[in-house]
Amino acid sequence: MKAENPPRVWAQDIYNAFKRLGIVQVAYVPDAGHTQLILDCHADADMKAVSLTSEQEGIAMLAGAWLGGERGALLMQSSGAGNCVNMLSLAQECRFPMLMLVTLRGDWGEFNPWQIAMGQSTGKVLEHAGCVVQRVDRADEVGEVVFAAGQMAFSTNRPIAVLIGQRVVGFKDWSK
Amino acid sequence: MTMAGTSTGTLDRREVVKALLAQRDDALVVAGLGSSCYDAGVYDHPNTFYLWGAMGAAAMIGLGLALAQPRRRVLVITGDGEMLMGLGSFATIGAQKPGNLAIVVLDNELYAETGMQPTHTARGVDLAGIAKAAGFAVAETVRIEDALDACVGQVYRTPGPVFFDLKVSAKRYPMSMRLRDGAHIKNRFRENLLGQKAFD
Repeated sequence: MKAENPPRVWAQDIYNAFKRLGIVQVAYVPDAGHTQLILDCHADADMKAVSLTSEQEGIAMLAGAWLGGERGALLMQSSGAGNCVNMLSLAQECRFPMLMLVTLRGDWGEFNPWQIAMGQSTGKVLEHAGCVVQRVDRADEVGEVVFAAGQMAFSTNRPIAVLIGQRVVGFKDWSK
Repeated sequence: MTMAGTSTGTLDRREVVKALLAQRDDALVVAGLGSSCYDAGVYDHPNTFYLWGAMGAAAMIGLGLALAQPRRRVLVITGDGEMLMGLGSFATIGAQKPGNLAIVVLDNELYAETGMQPTHTARGVDLAGIAKAAGFAVAETVRIEDALDACVGQVYRTPGPVFFDLKVSAKRYPMSMRLRDGAHIKNRFRENLLGQKAFD
């Protein structure tokens, strides 16, 4: 019998955390794990959801948002973390707050070997680039962790990345 | 092929930036790293955010700022090398179509900071053509001084996104500014724009 992925109620919890935090600009490169959240952000007339060609654009966009007085968040998959490295010098040098939510691939039950390289190095890469990295592996804690990370980012002017474990996101059952 | 250290452009970059910034009024300016940063620094203003790194960021900082401040004009001034590193930004901005954003590239067809190597624009890559294809409302290349006045007017008044590729000469100017601490540049910008709200 194939394992079933849990329903993603935590997507709604992230959206609620965004609202409490006053997040307005939401930049993203899509990940299946963020499907519902992306839809919800686009549907919210008070939010500006922006699709990017590459995750690094989101780091620069959130810097611009903060310069203009708006809070933002960046959604990506672990494969995008490496794309952000040099751009994160913006956050480190200028002390820009960044709330980054990274859904992990190559983390738990992964079937695609090409996802392992970034999935296994995302936390280390982001730490080396100056981010505070926090990880959540329980679906019922996602909303709380995102809210706490957001408060810390915007109150201390630092980039905080929340890694959402693949166990939370769900994985493809590769058995025949 | 263009030789190292030359440009097909003849406009003077400092004259161009002087003309642009003389009419800035309450516009918010983002200056890309390298010569563009030094050019803008000659006419320093707290409403200018200067980049000394994060190559490829300028246009997207402009987008985030334009979305956050829809009633203000946002002007990005950057170089051809910096813009080429952020080419994807053209597509993202073209898809968003922010009416208050203008991007001006000071195109000397060179990486001036690193030894005057030719950029792709020296080899025929047309940045205005790319911006046009990405959906910018205005996207033009300017080579003659007589066209500058009209260009400056469009930068501040035409519904955007507006893009100009200004073909400037290879002439290098001394570094004009000492201000380079990123946190200071950011805080100065935010405090001037947002007042006490900057510290919420």
